[in-house]
Amino acid sequence: MKYPIIAAGALLATSALAETPVLTVYTYDSFISDWGPGPQVEKAFEERCGCDVKFVGAGDGASLLGRLRLEGVRTEADVVLGLDTNLTALAAETGLFALHDRNELSFDMPVEWEDPMFLPYDWGYFAFVYDKAKLPEPPTSFEALAAAPDDLKIVIEDPRSSTPGLGLLLWVKAAYGDRAPEIWEGLAPHVLTVTKGWSEAYGMFLEGEADMVLSYTTSPAYHLIAEQDDSKAAAPFDEGHYMQIEVGGAIASSDELELAKEFLDFMVSDDFQSIIPTTNWMYPARTPAGGLPEGFETLIAPEKALIYAAGEAAKIRQEALEEWRAALSQ
Amino acid sequence: MARRAQPVSSVIWAGVAVAALVLALTLGTLAAVFWRAETLSALGPADWAAVRFTAMQALLSAALSVALAVPVARALARRRFPGRGLLITLLGAPFILPVIVAVLGLLAVFGRSGLVSDALVWAGFDPLNIYGLTGVVLAHVFFNLPLATRLILQGWLSIPAERFRLAASLGFAPGDIARVLERPMLRAVLPGAFVVIFVICTTSFAVALTLGGGPRATTVELAIYQAFRFEFDLSRAALLSTVQFAMSAVAAGLALWVAVPAMTGAGLDRLVERWDARGAALRAQDALWLLAVALFLLTPLGMVVLGGLRGLADLPVSVLQAALRSVLVSLGSALLMLCLALPMALAVVRLGHGLASNLLEGVGALAIAASSLVIGTGLFILIFPIADPQALALPVTALVNAVMSLPFALRALIPALRDIEGAYGRLADSLDMRGWVRVRLLLLPRLRRPLGFALGLAAALSMGDLGVIALFADPQEATLPLQLYRLMSAYRMEQAAGAALLLLGLSLGLFWLFDRGGRLRADT
Repeated sequence: MKYPIIAAGALLATSALAETPVLTVYTYDSFISDWGPGPQVEKAFEERCGCDVKFVGAGDGASLLGRLRLEGVRTEADVVLGLDTNLTALAAETGLFALHDRNELSFDMPVEWEDPMFLPYDWGYFAFVYDKAKLPEPPTSFEALAAAPDDLKIVIEDPRSSTPGLGLLLWVKAAYGDRAPEIWEGLAPHVLTVTKGWSEAYGMFLEGEADMVLSYTTSPAYHLIAEQDDSKAAAPFDEGHYMQIEVGGAIASSDELELAKEFLDFMVSDDFQSIIPTTNWMYPARTPAGGLPEGFETLIAPEKALIYAAGEAAKIRQEALEEWRAALSQ
Repeated sequence: MARRAQPVSSVIWAGVAVAALVLALTLGTLAAVFWRAETLSALGPADWAAVRFTAMQALLSAALSVALAVPVARALARRRFPGRGLLITLLGAPFILPVIVAVLGLLAVFGRSGLVSDALVWAGFDPLNIYGLTGVVLAHVFFNLPLATRLILQGWLSIPAERFRLAASLGFAPGDIARVLERPMLRAVLPGAFVVIFVICTTSFAVALTLGGGPRATTVELAIYQAFRFEFDLSRAALLSTVQFAMSAVAAGLALWVAVPAMTGAGLDRLVERWDARGAALRAQDALWLLAVALFLLTPLGMVVLGGLRGLADLPVSVLQAALRSVLVSLGSALLMLCLALPMALAVVRLGHGLASNLLEGVGALAIAASSLVIGTGLFILIFPIADPQALALPVTALVNAVMSLPFALRALIPALRDIEGAYGRLADSLDMRGWVRVRLLLLPRLRRPLGFALGLAAALSMGDLGVIALFADPQEATLPLQLYRLMSAYRMEQAAGAALLLLGLSLGLFWLFDRGGRLRADT
């Protein structure tokens, strides 16, 4: 009779598994893809925590928040990774997140970090990326872009369906305030089209459909480091560049709250931070001891960083969206 | 009718059960979203603008697709030439491509830096600018012309060969054939094809936005997306989805009112030989139509193939694994579709022509009028309290895809079944052939062609569909379209193009296998 032995083995196996705590991390889909930071992060944390990291992917940052709101207090998540500062105020409102108690930490970002609930893990500047050979003299500001000949075309993402799209909306608003509608009217003839997400827009740009695409100042680093192609660059704008800061937070009702906070510590440690630049193609929130990978020094460094405080972005985005829609619908 | 007098048969119950499942997946998920919404909100002017734009572009796209499909289907119906089968299969490709791939393919031909623009610039003209309503309609015709062609072609092939033989012996000119045989068939087939395409176009989002050139081209589906993501206003999302259903229902109602059932009559299921279309002018006309449509549909596909060749060689193993997973899901989905479509089609035919049968067929088509975001979210709301959504990702995908392809299967199966029942039904009744025996001996052999088509389409659609899986995605169980998107969002556009080519090849391969299987002996 072999069955009892197998059954006993299975029992042992389950009890052994039960002793290993499982940390469930909700994040956006591209984080956990084979080409994102996910696989390396999972391996590195499992080595130090003696736990099992389980990633759950949900679209992008905004879908992630939507999913959390749908799940409410019954959420399986212990850690949520990948919200940005445009979403943190709304995320805090859900009441799901715990305070991180890591207020003494300092970060290598152009702005101070004071949020008691969320810790940043990477950041970047939005920028228009272009091909140096095809566009030798890129515009140096939104006004210069508006004044450029009409056949200079940009492709942008829709703020209603995409994170960079929302970033551009807030960028123009932060730089120009009440003049934003006027700026959008000036930009309108240059907007070749608006896409659902970043991938469509960037794909169209690489196919040569548009002269510039809304992306990040770090995008040229991918082409340089992974493809040894230095033809792409980001255009520095005089108004300054709007920032995106991506954050993680622990779920207060989690059974593994201590482990979750341990993960947040890991998130701001060198092991995690050194994975970020060449997988997420963003700046790490704390520059690791080894510095940034070779190639990042070629990127533009905007002199002025623009960003709305967490609560403010949520307040003005509806108005900014209406201005955008009115200007581009004509 | 003797059959009407019988008690409601098990066939009808099976059809009703399938209808209940479809209702649960469409209106049930919509109700779940309504129920989960804690507030009630109203639609604003921007929403109504989106409704108007959606209806207008869908109307234009459907009208143009169907109008262009008639001459193409006629040419395919009355010509035999080497490569005809291959052409029919290839023409189906745009319909099954993931949106992002098809859009990039289209732009490689019609975009600012596409082939046509290059030629125009070379000849001293301005490059083409398709962004706007033109672009939206162009893309929708690109996607749906093949479907319209196939649906109308089925109509042509359902005219028994004996009719054409009789027409030839009576000395009918092509004009007479058109009047007596073809127009009544078109009157029966066109409204249905029109509605299917209209409904598909009403749920369009990424294509309409990208080629529409901006927020002018906001569709209802995009407004739903905005309500979910930007405002987390579930009630508005559900309201918008209701409007989407209403639009489709109105279109379906109008089509029913316009359509008249085709005459039925017996034939011996032989190959159609067309004596009427031997004239040189008609030959040239058909050849031109086929050439034009092949160029229009196949050039963008050719660009997808060319673009993908380099990336195909170094596809990572995980993409190949995803491809295998997608093939399995799509086979499962096709099989499920068959289990749903056959009982439903039988029930619709058994109910005859009337409100009940129209209603049942309408329910079968509901899924394509649904917003995939609402279905996905609704399913999530329903499943989350009882099970881990991630663990159910693949089965749910297979089921939703099966239901999504149900309308196409029904459109192909029902007319064929009606013809068979019309022609052989009384004979079978008199022989007391009922139940499974009737299905196996009478129906299945004569349904090979539409069944093969429906299975192929279901498998191919399921291959290319990202649909609801995005909400449920399990990192370890990614499907091929999901891996393709992931490659793109990791800047790996070349590999993504390779994955797109693989997807195109697999989808077409599956479609070809089933469709060819269906036509193998049906032509002899």
